Amino acid sequence: MSTERNPTNDLTRMSEPADSGEIERVRSLTEQLRCLVCQNQTIADSNAGLAIDLREQVVKQVRAGRTDTEIKQYMVERYGDFVLYDPPFSTTNSVLWVGPFVLLALGLLLVWRSVLHRRRSPDAPSQPSADQHAQLQILEARYQASTTAVSAPSRPKDSAK
Amino acid sequence: MMRWVRLGLPLLIFTLLVIVLARGLEFDPRHLPSARQGKPAPSFEVPTLGSDQVFSTESMLGKVWVINVFASWCTACVIEHPKLLKLSQRPDFNLIGLAYKDEPAATAQWLRQHGDPYRQIALDLNGQIGIDYGVYGVPETYVINPQGVITYRHVGPIDDAFFDQHVAPLMAAKP
Repeated sequence: MSTERNPTNDLTRMSEPADSGEIERVRSLTEQLRCLVCQNQTIADSNAGLAIDLREQVVKQVRAGRTDTEIKQYMVERYGDFVLYDPPFSTTNSVLWVGPFVLLALGLLLVWRSVLHRRRSPDAPSQPSADQHAQLQILEARYQASTTAVSAPSRPKDSAK
Repeated sequence: MMRWVRLGLPLLIFTLLVIVLARGLEFDPRHLPSARQGKPAPSFEVPTLGSDQVFSTESMLGKVWVINVFASWCTACVIEHPKLLKLSQRPDFNLIGLAYKDEPAATAQWLRQHGDPYRQIALDLNGQIGIDYGVYGVPETYVINPQGVITYRHVGPIDDAFFDQHVAPLMAAKP
């Protein structure tokens, strides 16, 4: 229930927790939670009012014996996955998780293809395609037919001879 | 054909990238989606300002109502306040104030100065209700339907479209 009171002296009490395990848990949890007000800080780092309140909340719940998962769930219910520094995979962020690998695969595919292409290319010029072959024959025929300087416009160097 | 694909594909990818990134520029990273939107409004029962009455969310079931989270220390609240005052003239606008982490005396003083648009003012002295609703910036405004579900959350001062877009349709749908 939301009506329970959260005394402001929680902070002073939190500076002397019962055992070091508790301190460790509070520290680890608050370092995994984002401060919503100052978005690039954890609630452990931030001194924004809300971050202080949420730290108190973590202390209270650790004391009450709630598990880490339960405490994180409590935060996610209220502030969404954004509150977690390590958000879970979901449909909305799937592009972010999967996208880089898709791009990497695409890049590798392109590199692989261009390498293959380059390996084949040294032989390529010596073997004109059927189309080029036909064109070549026409040009040669024209060249032989014309003994004068008039020649096919596509081979100006030949005509200069 | 192959040539068009070769030329066109990078251009297409580039154009798409530009569109996506340009849209990204318009997003305000401070505007977070509400995890509570579409979920039942957390219930609470707290004392109210200036009376010995208790405000309970249950008393609002069956009505379209709005919680406005405000505080006397909140500078942006002054910006939206005239809009709330104007809206509160409507008899069907059930506006509940939530004085968030504020001294009741300071809240009362602030309301005397700026006007009081609220039907009732629930006191959230330690911010627990704020945490339950996922409040991270004041002012915030929540619209709650007759079934007690949060249909909309607005962060920051409300705009002119707020009532028409998010409250009026609910009222119209109500039998």
